[in-house]
Amino acid sequence: MSTVKKYWKSVDQLDQKNPIVDKLEQNEFPNKLPQDFNKDDSKIEDVSTSRRDFLKYAGFTTAAATVAACEGPVIKSVPYVVQPERIRPGVANYYASAIADGYDFASILVKTREGRPIKIKRNSDSPLFGSANARVHASILSMYDSLRLRGPKINKTDSNWNDFRSEITKKLDLLSKSNKPIVLLTQTFASPTAKSVIKKLISKYPNITQVIYDTVSESEALDAFENTYGLRALADYDFSKSETIISIDSDFLGDWQGGGYDKNYAKARVPENKTHGNSKMSYHMQFESNMTLSGANADKRIPCTPSELKTVLAFIYGELINKSIDTTLDPKLEKSAFLALERIKSSGTKATVVSGIQDVNAQELILAINTIIKSEAFDPKNPRLVRKGNSNEVNKFVKDLTSEKISGLITVGVNPVLNLSNGSIISDAIKKLDLSLSFSLKMDETASACNYVAATHHYLESWGDYEFKTGYYFLAQPTIRPLFDTLQFQDFILSITDENENYYSFIKKYWTDNLLGGNSFSKALHDGYYKKAYSIKNNKSFRPNDMFAKASILVEKDKKGMSLILYPKTGMGDGQQANNPWLKEFPDPITRVSWDNYITISKNDADVIGLKNVSVANGALNGSYANIKVENQSLIAPVLIQPGQSEGTIGLAFGFGNKMGLKKEMQVGVNAYKLYINQNRVQQVSITPADGFHEFACVQLHNTLMGRGDIIKETTLEIFNTKDKEYWNPVPKVSKNHIETMVTSPEVDMWQEFDRSIGHHFNLSIDLNSCTGCGACVIACHAENNVPVVGKEEVRKSRDMHWLRIDRYYSSEESFDQDNKSVDDISGLGDSLSKFGQMENPSENPQVVFQPVMCQHCNHAPCETVCPVAATSHGRQGQNHMAYNRCIGTRYCANNCPYKVRRFNWFLYNKNDEFDYHMNDDLGRMVLNPDVVVRSRGVMEKCSFCIQMTQKTILDAKLEGREVKDSDWSCACSDACESGAMVFGDINDKNSEVSKLKSNDRMYHLLESVGTKPNVMYQVKVRNTDKKI
Amino acid sequence: MSSHYEAPIRKPLVTGDKSYHDVTEDIASAVEGKANKLWWIVFGISLSAFSWGIGCIIYTVSTGIGVWGLNKTVGWAWDITNFVWWVGIGHAGTLISAVLLLFRQKWRMAINRSAEAMTIFSVIQAGLFPIIHMGRPWLAYWTLPIPNTFGSLWVNFNSPLLWDVFAISTYLSVSLVFWWTGLLPDFAMIRDRAVRPFQKKIYSLLSFGWSGRAKDWQRFEEVSLVLAGLATPLVLSVHTIVSFDFATSVIPGWHTTIFPPYFVAGAVFSGFAMVNTLLIIMRKVSNLEDYITIQHIELMNIVIMITGSIVGVAYITELFIAWYSGVEYEQYAFLNRATGPYWWAYWSMMTCNVFSPQFMWFKKLRTSIMFSFIISIVVNIGMWFERFVIIVTSLHRDYLPSSWTMFSPTFVDVGIFIGTIGFFFVLFLLYARTFPVIAQAEVKTILKSSGEYYKKIRDKNE
Repeated sequence: MSTVKKYWKSVDQLDQKNPIVDKLEQNEFPNKLPQDFNKDDSKIEDVSTSRRDFLKYAGFTTAAATVAACEGPVIKSVPYVVQPERIRPGVANYYASAIADGYDFASILVKTREGRPIKIKRNSDSPLFGSANARVHASILSMYDSLRLRGPKINKTDSNWNDFRSEITKKLDLLSKSNKPIVLLTQTFASPTAKSVIKKLISKYPNITQVIYDTVSESEALDAFENTYGLRALADYDFSKSETIISIDSDFLGDWQGGGYDKNYAKARVPENKTHGNSKMSYHMQFESNMTLSGANADKRIPCTPSELKTVLAFIYGELINKSIDTTLDPKLEKSAFLALERIKSSGTKATVVSGIQDVNAQELILAINTIIKSEAFDPKNPRLVRKGNSNEVNKFVKDLTSEKISGLITVGVNPVLNLSNGSIISDAIKKLDLSLSFSLKMDETASACNYVAATHHYLESWGDYEFKTGYYFLAQPTIRPLFDTLQFQDFILSITDENENYYSFIKKYWTDNLLGGNSFSKALHDGYYKKAYSIKNNKSFRPNDMFAKASILVEKDKKGMSLILYPKTGMGDGQQANNPWLKEFPDPITRVSWDNYITISKNDADVIGLKNVSVANGALNGSYANIKVENQSLIAPVLIQPGQSEGTIGLAFGFGNKMGLKKEMQVGVNAYKLYINQNRVQQVSITPADGFHEFACVQLHNTLMGRGDIIKETTLEIFNTKDKEYWNPVPKVSKNHIETMVTSPEVDMWQEFDRSIGHHFNLSIDLNSCTGCGACVIACHAENNVPVVGKEEVRKSRDMHWLRIDRYYSSEESFDQDNKSVDDISGLGDSLSKFGQMENPSENPQVVFQPVMCQHCNHAPCETVCPVAATSHGRQGQNHMAYNRCIGTRYCANNCPYKVRRFNWFLYNKNDEFDYHMNDDLGRMVLNPDVVVRSRGVMEKCSFCIQMTQKTILDAKLEGREVKDSDWSCACSDACESGAMVFGDINDKNSEVSKLKSNDRMYHLLESVGTKPNVMYQVKVRNTDKKI
Repeated sequence: MSSHYEAPIRKPLVTGDKSYHDVTEDIASAVEGKANKLWWIVFGISLSAFSWGIGCIIYTVSTGIGVWGLNKTVGWAWDITNFVWWVGIGHAGTLISAVLLLFRQKWRMAINRSAEAMTIFSVIQAGLFPIIHMGRPWLAYWTLPIPNTFGSLWVNFNSPLLWDVFAISTYLSVSLVFWWTGLLPDFAMIRDRAVRPFQKKIYSLLSFGWSGRAKDWQRFEEVSLVLAGLATPLVLSVHTIVSFDFATSVIPGWHTTIFPPYFVAGAVFSGFAMVNTLLIIMRKVSNLEDYITIQHIELMNIVIMITGSIVGVAYITELFIAWYSGVEYEQYAFLNRATGPYWWAYWSMMTCNVFSPQFMWFKKLRTSIMFSFIISIVVNIGMWFERFVIIVTSLHRDYLPSSWTMFSPTFVDVGIFIGTIGFFFVLFLLYARTFPVIAQAEVKTILKSSGEYYKKIRDKNE
């Protein structure tokens, strides 16, 4: 026991109760301290603060200051008070849903983490429309758009829903009483329940009329179908059943008639494994003006002007019914048309003719042709319902609006002020209306013209049901509680039509009563789709003579001047996701330009007019500006010279040039809708050069393959069927001791091979035949891996960060085959100088090829050996790992990568005001995948083969005590690839699909001769070229 | 003494009737005297260039490498160009002091001190670049094999960049030791002459207590010889290893087995050119024309001519091998080098490095001071372009045409380069005012054999 030593000072201390002793003990200083610093002692004594007090205060303030300084940044993270049943931290939940934003219609899976949707996947179980393009994949980010409306607005001031509702009801009642017409301008809903909701509204307020308006119109095709079959719908096509596809201006691999055709198209494009040398693949011929995705994938592409296109269609029809139509086709074009005809005839019912010509007669002819040839792919019985818009009605609405015949306007999901050519007039007219109400996600051009703006849910916060195609039903469900004080259009309508019902119960009731026939709603909701066998009745037989007249009308003389063909871009579509940084940064698959729209023009026309594309010192692309004028509308847009663009035509993409509801960085491009007069995408145009150069952000600055046939190996169907693999897909050889040895042989390998037969070994196969270049994988990868958006300026400096890119090459000669030959034929230095110089320029109508390239995960990776700190090294499962934390950023690995797939963080791309994209605000960061680290500046990054996904698959199997199934493996890209071009799996599983593909005759590795032994393989592209006649 | 005898046909290495005391006076005057106006002007310019460079470095480190002109395809450009250029310049010092010492080339004695100083100063510049070119330079120490608490993390001994770390640091330390060893008797000389106590204190510290005893001299000679032996392989190894950065890669235009000798020759070439540049100025400014004579300059010009020709042969060999290999990527890489978008860089390199030194075949030209000075500058420009051509033209168009692009520097790229030139001259100018710029102790050893005065006496006596 420890005791305190006690010093006795006097005997009095023995008496513990002695008050004097007690007092003295309390007194620290029995004697007064000498105070010679201040002679006036009394003053000091008067001060109430003692020395001890001073020390107390000083101590407290020091401690307080220290504590205050130590306080870290407060990150609010609120735990669940009641743990939700299905949410487990770290485990993703998937919900089937559907997108139907009026432009894109698809059945999807939504991946949520801790209750927050982070990724869209295609619903591969869905029989149809289970495809998600780049825009659908990117739509998740549009929900976390910081510029979304956060609540209803009345006259631009924030309001609440009760006031809003009562005011709207008051207005509606008022207008209804005086029977003043109101127009309900909506997108195509393709929703049976939404239809009945609108019916309810109209029955309550009969002065309301609905006008359906598609931003990008398919009105003529709808008219043709309606005229023929009596239903406003679009014929569907199943291209997997086609042997011959003749497309006359139909970009069916793009957004033609709602898109989503690529899956079935790709099925027929892969020559089956060669067994008896009679592999088959479809033959695709494309007549078109702009270079489209479909044209790029075609076996034969014929550039035509719009009038030539009509004539070709008429010609084919005439020849098919053996009645020649008086056409004057250019002999070369006529030859091609004959070729098409021959193909149609020889394929019989396996031929399909499609067209996107915006003309009712042309569209009726197409229906007639496919009926006459009994095309198997042609399906008019279960048509598509994804477009309903009627240009005539829209035009009438605009006329009524501007002539003040209507008193009220309610817009839902559309933005006519931006997307109609006479937007400013419409905007002025809207401002004069008694009631103007816009249901909108953003404060867009239309919303800001309206008095009332109803902030709506994003589709991921909404309920919905859809019928994309007759008999095919889909359900959408919310995957997160509404982020803001928003309300769905249908819910709002239900609330004013005096019902105590919400849209969800309304849908459920509608489905139980009308559709399900006793089947479970929960099952349908779980699946996301429901199929009900029924089809429309049509026994239409065409009378050739009726149609003959229509065909004859179609033939038109070439108009003087240039034609402008407006088109939706793969990345931007109709432009409703213009504030989506992923889509802005997404390079167009054809031009590979991001962050812009532009006039595409042929080289010859550009030369004649005096328009130029030039490269500046850092390689970036500049294009002249041109002034284009259609009727009385004109605009100035940059020019991009587009190989394959038909002479006499120019192209311009929709979806750009809007400013409202967009961050400043996102306000790029020109508004092509200004020239979309009468919703006709073909316009007569005059084009003149304008001053200055536009700075493009193009990710691929060199367009040709330079005769490097081993990068993209290709052959023709004929050779594929008749010759050995050695002939058309030889493994490169190297001379060792004067013996030609294959580079894949261990003989010529410098390295000692590891035993890779144990465990998993991942490989990815990419089929160049089925890849259409759609770019869904690019966005899927972007979303899965938290790839930063760097902005136009940085992309222009060739600093795009995409882990997965789709290289697009044009042939310098007529075909890539000829490119290779001309390189082989080079003799002498002078010849090589001139030949290589010529090869830098693409041909006028080039062959096109797409090649997705990501990290090749080389087993002998050049990047791994050069990293001084071993930040990149090889995994047991074949991946080339990248340890971001270890990386010091020497960029040596990127330099030594033959595929140039490594991406460097030149700056800090998150939480940095210089890069004000989604990673710079709390809302936008909600989309980040918590399984993938966000990289800091100064480190290298690249494709990881989605190791977070493969690890999850392995751990799930382990937990369940089973082997991993081949179908369990996936990467973000292979998941997104609906054409089946990308197949990911384990090659140590000998029965896996990827193992089979590895031993496929068409398999080759990119740059095999370098000896990198990649784990990504490609399948030789086979072209179904015409036999030499 | 036999060493005092030199064949009469040899030209004197020290002209102007110098006695031992004259040598001391001449060398010490620069240190003891006051700096002239010109010195201050040049120093001022260098210092401002240096500060500008520091500013650019701070901007880079605080913002990101993105402030340079690099991109996804061209991951190195001015940074590594400058690095290799400075390392190359650093080569002459060791060659002059070590190799020429072993070969008993007495003419080296007048120039070795400054050449070695130049080596050290340029290696310092070179060493900056691998650090600041990193995305996260604060982690540069991870390239050192230091036991750490990061787990079992170790450096990657396969990486040529790691070899660089060892090569450069070894080179810097050996050069520094070699230089300092040579400086000891000269520092002692200044110490002994110093009148101000502070100066005396400093120089006695710097001279490590040199007493001038016979034992000191004996050890001095031994150490010099041992260090020369150690440094000689470094002359070959440093640039060989630097060339491995490229030679061991798979990029056409980099993956070339000729690189080690080609780089070494190039380094000696540029190093001698830089020595010429510096000494032609210094001999004038510091009145050292009697020590650094036309003969010295001529000899260096001959080395420049020979190494320039070696480099020229290497360039042509590269082209030949590219054609002969039959590899299309290789062929295109070199075709593109000479005729592609960077043709001007290639032909600048060719003109400066291969054609211009050929003028040195003419005695009149190689003994012209002005001409030598111009050529020395031209050669250094050419050698900078050589590294730029190798790095940028190989990267900007490699295998997949889809990734082809161009490179264009930003003001920061340029600023840092100018900054290192400023830093180099700041160091060199300080050196010229505080260090004995000629190895006077060594020069004194040859004064009797190669000094003009003694030669004349000898001639008279014969």
